[in-house]
Amino acid sequence: MSFKHPLDECFVRLKDVHFAYGERSILQGIDLSVRRGQVVAIMGGSGSGKTTLLRLIGGQLRASQGEVRVAGSELSRLGRNDMYALRRRMGMLFQFGALFTDMSVFDNVAFPLREHTDLPPEVIRDLVLMKLDAVGLRGAGKLMPSELSGGMARRVALARAVALDPMLIMYDEPFAGLDPISLGVVGQLIRRLNDALGASSILVTHDVHESLAIVDYVYFVSDGRIAAEGTPDEIRASRDPFVHQFVHAEIDGPVPFHYPAEPIGQALLGSSG
Amino acid sequence: MEHAISFVRRLGASLVDSVWRLGFAARFMMLLLIYSGQSFRRVHLTIREIYFSGVLSLLIIVVSGLFVGMVLGLQGYETLQRFGSGDALGVLVALSLTRELGPVVAGLLFASRAGSAVTAEIGLMKVTEQLKAMDMMAVSPIARVVAPRFWGGVISMPFLAAIFSTMGVLGGWLIGVVFIGVDAGAFWSQMQAAVDFRYDILNGVIKSVVFGIAVSLIAVFEGYDCTPTAEGVSRAITRTVVSSALAILALDFVLTSFMFRG
Amino acid sequence: MSRTTLDLWVGLFVLIGAAALLFLSLRVGNLSSANFAETYSIRVQFDNIGGLKVRAPVKSAGVVVGRVSDIRLNTESYRAEVIMNLDTRFEFPRDTVASILTSGLLGEQYIGLDAGADEEMLKGGDGLQIGQSAVVLEKLIGQFMFNKAAE
Ligand SMILES: Nc1ncnc2c1ncn2[C@@H]1O[C@H](COP(=O)(O)OP(=O)(O)O)[C@@H](O)[C@H]1O
Ligand SMILES: [Mg+2]
Repeated sequence: MSFKHPLDECFVRLKDVHFAYGERSILQGIDLSVRRGQVVAIMGGSGSGKTTLLRLIGGQLRASQGEVRVAGSELSRLGRNDMYALRRRMGMLFQFGALFTDMSVFDNVAFPLREHTDLPPEVIRDLVLMKLDAVGLRGAGKLMPSELSGGMARRVALARAVALDPMLIMYDEPFAGLDPISLGVVGQLIRRLNDALGASSILVTHDVHESLAIVDYVYFVSDGRIAAEGTPDEIRASRDPFVHQFVHAEIDGPVPFHYPAEPIGQALLGSSG
Repeated sequence: MEHAISFVRRLGASLVDSVWRLGFAARFMMLLLIYSGQSFRRVHLTIREIYFSGVLSLLIIVVSGLFVGMVLGLQGYETLQRFGSGDALGVLVALSLTRELGPVVAGLLFASRAGSAVTAEIGLMKVTEQLKAMDMMAVSPIARVVAPRFWGGVISMPFLAAIFSTMGVLGGWLIGVVFIGVDAGAFWSQMQAAVDFRYDILNGVIKSVVFGIAVSLIAVFEGYDCTPTAEGVSRAITRTVVSSALAILALDFVLTSFMFRG
Repeated sequence: MSRTTLDLWVGLFVLIGAAALLFLSLRVGNLSSANFAETYSIRVQFDNIGGLKVRAPVKSAGVVVGRVSDIRLNTESYRAEVIMNLDTRFEFPRDTVASILTSGLLGEQYIGLDAGADEEMLKGGDGLQIGQSAVVLEKLIGQFMFNKAAE
């Protein structure tokens, strides 16, 4: 698979995107694109701005510079209503599921359907059961979110994210805190859902091996920039020290373990003022 | 000198901060009003919130109202009979309750029972990213979560205040008429002659509506605006109770000075 | 909790609240009597109104027939002008006398109406001829002391 893709096929395209929380600059010139039908992984250390990147694509944050295009629309030009119209075609899986704790599993998955469609209750029931069946939790409809394990909650959130058959599905660390079996299940699920819906998916994760098995393309984020990119095969074969460190889980390398600070000796010995 | 400069800088920072927060609050209120229409069309959302802020506050309101009325009965009689006007007990109990104690005490109880619960609930939804998730599903959290809770509180509060006053009058009657032996006829007739529907009852109801709006607004705003951590939520709850109490007492002063002059 | 039980509770709550409002209006307050009845207003001037207040009752033979709606100083006569709203159910002759009375020794002041014998009845906007001023305790005591001293 080539990674030179024509522009018009891109469902998501970020060009020279900058972003800062107040004074703190997080992203400095991100270029990234996702074609229709692709599953793309964004990798990087904790705090490198991956969640921020997803929220920029979802339009919950505005880039301070550069442009973010989704389905051909430049997000900074969209008003509130157009943004909501666009978001109906996006699904997002939050890092901790973000299930509505006052509703049962069934009602959580039914929520987007009830909010955005006038379907009769029987149709909604069938659709919800289908989505729950796809994540293997058809029997859990009556449970409350507090009665679910972490992996189950993640799968329910996944069913909810795809309830409206979105064109773009975003996953924020779907593998975090899962046992190896659930991890494989969720990974396969992401791929199958993407292909069944004909959607595009963006997957934010640190889990290199699981994601390399299911994605089409990988971006590495570091220091607010794309540090490396390529198909899974290219990544595995890469000599790039950054990629090498990440893929082989080395502690020393271009990715710093420490949050930027003065040397510890100076901090301990210097004046406390 | 350095201290002075740092003081001025902190003063400036906190000023900028509060102006920013004020702007945020204004925008929040505007959205709340805009989305209220939407949430009225789905009335069951608001009914649910009336259950949580109204029905669940019923017990504490009934019990407190009864006790406040009973204390008024005891203390009022004790004072009035020194002037030989124990018969006016009904007037004293009814006027204190309908004009002041009903709306104010019910408002304070409402803030600590229902207002704090609303702040906690919205704050926790923020911490667990439920509000962001809802926003990503193209459902406005202000329309779906905030507006129903606001209106549920606004609708519940006048009823709660009326129930409080009624229980108080009954408590005063219980002590005054049943236990102390004030003449029942004098108790009720003097009360009726002295308590004016428009002047006393209606003004009391208006007060309770104003308090309901103030407390509900504070509660939803503090929840929505909280720092999304466990500590942030707990601070927001404290702020809801404290600001609501201050708002109720200050508004009560303002309203009283407009309503009951002359 | 199911939707129907919830609706039931809320319905019950609103019902209890409405009952409380009704109780306050009818049993505690005076909505049941005078208040919404039609009224007509009558003027009367006094030399001194003492502690009479707006909203004080107007009674005839001890029965409440209206309320004081406004009190002002007439700057031509420098007397107090009192406007009262009387219930249209009660008509009074034109030569009715109004006096400011006190219920009990220290109680609230009210206006007492003594019906006259005129054939013609008062209409809205009319004025009464005679208003007997309040008994001002300080004046009374002052007079008493003065008389004592003179003896
Ligand atoms: N709401 C916020 N306000 C200020 N700083 C934030 C906020 N959210 C995240 N950050 C900071 O931005 C950086 C990137 O965060 P995030 O995108 O969540 O990283 P990741 O998801 O890659 O772990 C972090 O250093 C974090 O401290
Ligand atoms: Mg993250």
